[in-house]
Amino acid sequence: MSAPDAFDLAVIGGGPAGASAAIEAGRAGLRVVLLDEGRSAGGQVYRAPVSGTGASSGQPDGAVGDRLRADLAASTVDCRFDHRIWLVERGFRVHGLGPDGPATVEAPRLVIAVGAQERHRPVPGWTLPGVIGLAGATNLIKSQKILPGRRVVVAGSGPLLLLVAASILKAGGELAAVIDANGRMDWLRHAPQLMARPDLVGRGAKWLAAILRAGVPLLSRHALRRIVGDDHVEGVVAGPVTGDWDPSASGEFQIACDAVCFGYGLAPATETTRLLGVKHEYVPDMGGWRAVTLPDGSTSVAGLYVCGDGAGVLGAAAAALQGRVTGLAAARDSGHANAADAVERLLPQAARAGRFGMAMTGLALPRDGLLSAMTPETIICRCEGLRRADIDSAIAAGSQTLNGLKSATRCGMGPCGGRVCEDTAAALIAQHTGLSREAIGQSTSRPPLRPVPLGQLAGAFNYLDLPMPEPAPQ
Amino acid sequence: MPKGLRIDETLASRRSFHFSFEGREIPAYEGESVATALLAAGITKLRCSPGDGGPRGLFCAMGVCQECVVSVAGQAVEACRLLAAPGLDVKVQP
Ligand SMILES: Cc1cc2nc3c(=O)[nH]c(=O)nc-3n(C[C@H](O)[C@H](O)[C@H](O)COP(=O)(O)OP(=O)(O)OC[C@H]3O[C@@H](n4cnc5c(N)ncnc54)[C@H](O)[C@@H]3O)c2cc1C
Ligand code: FES
Repeated sequence: MSAPDAFDLAVIGGGPAGASAAIEAGRAGLRVVLLDEGRSAGGQVYRAPVSGTGASSGQPDGAVGDRLRADLAASTVDCRFDHRIWLVERGFRVHGLGPDGPATVEAPRLVIAVGAQERHRPVPGWTLPGVIGLAGATNLIKSQKILPGRRVVVAGSGPLLLLVAASILKAGGELAAVIDANGRMDWLRHAPQLMARPDLVGRGAKWLAAILRAGVPLLSRHALRRIVGDDHVEGVVAGPVTGDWDPSASGEFQIACDAVCFGYGLAPATETTRLLGVKHEYVPDMGGWRAVTLPDGSTSVAGLYVCGDGAGVLGAAAAALQGRVTGLAAARDSGHANAADAVERLLPQAARAGRFGMAMTGLALPRDGLLSAMTPETIICRCEGLRRADIDSAIAAGSQTLNGLKSATRCGMGPCGGRVCEDTAAALIAQHTGLSREAIGQSTSRPPLRPVPLGQLAGAFNYLDLPMPEPAPQ
Repeated sequence: MPKGLRIDETLASRRSFHFSFEGREIPAYEGESVATALLAAGITKLRCSPGDGGPRGLFCAMGVCQECVVSVAGQAVEACRLLAAPGLDVKVQP
């Protein structure tokens, strides 16, 4: 293998956080490399559409994304798209799999801006084809330009619920119902923090108005009880929820549909920071487990910075501002003293956007009553096909941590790396044992960070020789 | 080609072609993932779970969950991230 490329700063993730960090650090004079598995910059929120022209057809998000891509193209940043990062070593060495095979870059400083993943709470039938994540649905509609189905139920919590529903309507699709676990009072309780960004509140209000105008049933304080179908979704059964979001306490009704978009907010993607042994903390209003960062993005590991949703789910506006702060902080710490002032100037703006994001994240946070919808037969770990009864009996037999449950049942050992099931598993352990999330812990992160075909890494690595870092202290 | 679930207003100006899924010819437009083209063709069940045997399809649509993996030239690939291409021969994961 040839010597890895060396830079002053490597950035993983080309969403608003990572791209902004790379642009600012490049402007300040650092040699920067940006890596992302996507085909262009923009991340989850500004993902470029597939359509021929490349321009994002006048949508507000589209315009911001186009500008970000243009700024990046005009910068000195070395962009490497279609690179899936599967291993990061301290020091830092970043290993990816690109279109031409394995590729490694080296830099004394590293920004991790890998974004968030969706949080789920299973119901019977959630593994049926036709059920997709709410966050994933935004991807299909905005970037792939396809509707999830002909008649869609949108269910769960948080801002993505309204966003997905409104985008389906805007595209001319049919919505069977919008099912929101929150009630109007829950939204109002968060109003003070939301007013930190009246512009964003206005967008949410417009989505809501569009849903009501279309005459779509908006079922507040309701949740799914199960999803029915044989080889594909044929409908959902929903019911009103209690204060704790238990949907099984009173009456139920069925709604016919051929697709369900379903999710309970976002959680920071922490596999990379866990692998690097960064200190983490559990902050529900930031989406759960997050790498501990200072406002400028720096962490307990020297030279390592985390920003954007990966450091706490605060939304796109906060991610871009935090990214700029972090890129400038990396430049400052590399000896570019003039960047220090800019960091201080941007911090208050980033904090304001963060307060709005935190209110949204808090609103989406699933409550424990949802666990009552999971019958003993409900699949919790989709990869390993583990049902609630399997998890419950392992907990009863003494599994009190995610690592313990993993070795007892294989829950979290599948190809998704536990990203889909572990938060639910932790909620089940907490309910059974009364232990805190801190006591239950996170599971140990192991490479590959994302699945990569082992065959394609052959020659680059002997897989068994990979360094296995100790889990982060908690 | 019927528009169906596709919502791109510029669809007519995009290059279209076919690829194969389990021997069936699937129409696709440039830039679409294999999962998107299959969804447009009404195919949502992409495999059976090795864990519980149940039907599975596109779920996270962002390359995390691995539920939509299909097989191309013997390699497991995520249908949501695999760009559809003319003549691509896609099979269900054995
Ligand atoms: C699927 C999804 C859809 C969303 N849709 C919306 C929306 O429509 N509107 C909205 O306001 N908010 C949306 N959000 C919330 C959104 O994530 C944030 O508002 C914002 O995008 C955060 O920016 P970021 O830069 O921190 O992360 P992201 O935008 O998520 O960017 C992270 C980037 O890191 C890359 N990456 C991650 N891991 C790896 C790896 N191992 N190797 C290589 N690259 C990697 C990803 O490809 C991605 O481009 C969505 C979130 C998700 C998860
Ligand atoms: S769902 Fe449990 S490991 Fe993937």
